[in-house]
Amino acid sequence: MIKILSRRGFLAQLLALCAWPFAAARGADADSVEVMVFRVTGGATVQPGRVKLDLPVLADNGNSVSLKVSVDSPMSAASYVKSIHIYAARNPRPNVANFYLGPRAGRAQVSTRVRLGGSQRVLAVAALSDGSFWSATADVVVTLSACYDAT
Amino acid sequence: MTARVQVPKQAKRGEVIEIRIAIQHPMETGFRLDDGGRAITKNVVNKFTCRYNGIEIFRAEMGSGIAANPLLDFFTVADVSGELVFDWIDDEGQTGSERVALTVTG
Amino acid sequence: MTAGLLRHGALALLFALTGASHAQRAAAQPQPLKSGLEFTGAEVRELQHDDFANPGMLWAARGETLWQEAAGREAKSCASCHGDAKTSMQGVATRYPRIDAGSARLINLEGRIRQCRELRQQAELFKYESAELLGLTAYVAQQSRGMPMKTVIDWQNRHNFEAGRAMYYRRMGQMNLSCAQCHQENWGKKLGPETISQGHSVAYPIYRLEWQAMGSLHRRFRSCQSGVRAELLPQGSPEFLDLELYLAWRAGNLPIETPGVRR
Repeated sequence: MIKILSRRGFLAQLLALCAWPFAAARGADADSVEVMVFRVTGGATVQPGRVKLDLPVLADNGNSVSLKVSVDSPMSAASYVKSIHIYAARNPRPNVANFYLGPRAGRAQVSTRVRLGGSQRVLAVAALSDGSFWSATADVVVTLSACYDAT
Repeated sequence: MTARVQVPKQAKRGEVIEIRIAIQHPMETGFRLDDGGRAITKNVVNKFTCRYNGIEIFRAEMGSGIAANPLLDFFTVADVSGELVFDWIDDEGQTGSERVALTVTG
Repeated sequence: MTAGLLRHGALALLFALTGASHAQRAAAQPQPLKSGLEFTGAEVRELQHDDFANPGMLWAARGETLWQEAAGREAKSCASCHGDAKTSMQGVATRYPRIDAGSARLINLEGRIRQCRELRQQAELFKYESAELLGLTAYVAQQSRGMPMKTVIDWQNRHNFEAGRAMYYRRMGQMNLSCAQCHQENWGKKLGPETISQGHSVAYPIYRLEWQAMGSLHRRFRSCQSGVRAELLPQGSPEFLDLELYLAWRAGNLPIETPGVRR
């Protein structure tokens, strides 16, 4: 869950951002989810709400987990969802996907299948046309296959 | 690349329609090792777009966190009759494309 | 000498009788018969039942294309001889594996497709686990989806059936486990986080989430062999064919589910 950034939090993020060139050398994958979200929001507050993230409570297999994300929005020319960003902090590359919508989407809903590298909390952040950001999380338990498979 | 698309054959003007596409692609993560212990090179479908009569109505940036044989399910507002064009590209530069006609009444 | 023979004979008869009844008990189909879907989570079930989202359909779609594709010396396609698969292939998968008239050997769907390809189309053979063979096998078996298995054990395939059954009950690998110990005696119980299924073959080829791809029944056998640290036999081996026949019988009248989805 993204907390409202205090001044101390903001300074910490700024420091993290200064370390960005070094992080970039290691690859953007090394960034924390907080930094990734910061790059989307520019530091604006991300409020929990308006976003619904559907994932199974217990995944059959971490290789393929059905995900559905939807945002409560009229999707009109005046008020619509610009983008939805999905993060799985325990994945080796936490930014799973970014979806770009717009007023022509009609409904702010995207479904896909994701890979989850272990039991974790998945985060969805939505950017709205009015400049606001909203989020939701979902906890998923992921287990390993019972038997070793060399095939 | 084999891909299957599901779009309603026709829709009423203003109707919100569901579009589904399934692409056959291993979405190789780059973390798997071959029999010799060497990492298999990462290769995922990293960008996907859907254009409706030439205008982009949906775009997805994807990584290795998307499951193999990616499925994308999204929506658009039926506007006028025309064509939905789907394009995607993977890390190796291989592109895929599908186009579907859409009939809009009213 | 006669007394010895008589005793030997009597013992042999006794052994055969008790052996037979043990085999009969042990060889019973699991009751009640349950599809593998009953042992997976809701997500896998939903995936299999959604004809669009089912990733196995990507392979079946390829199979449908290949069915129409002319190949080989005579530039014949499957359709050239078999017409529309939706009619001609209906019910076919419920009767495999079967004895091939020409060779008097057991043959499965994959084997039959390869045989047609080589002998009748005179085209390049499809390798086991290739996208082409998986696609065609899935497409052909899909035409029997929903139809109950119709395996018949008769004088022609009885020795294959018995060999398959013996293999099913034989312990193997470093873990010294038989198929039966998991799938006959402990189905419904947990193995780690997973619920053990009855191990039926009716959904194959399947899209297995663990493989992130479609795979054959023989690949699944190899997965199990690898799981118990046994030597992996190759796809199409006579042992696997015998086992496949036993599994086909063991599934009773369960309906074909191809293309199945499993975890």
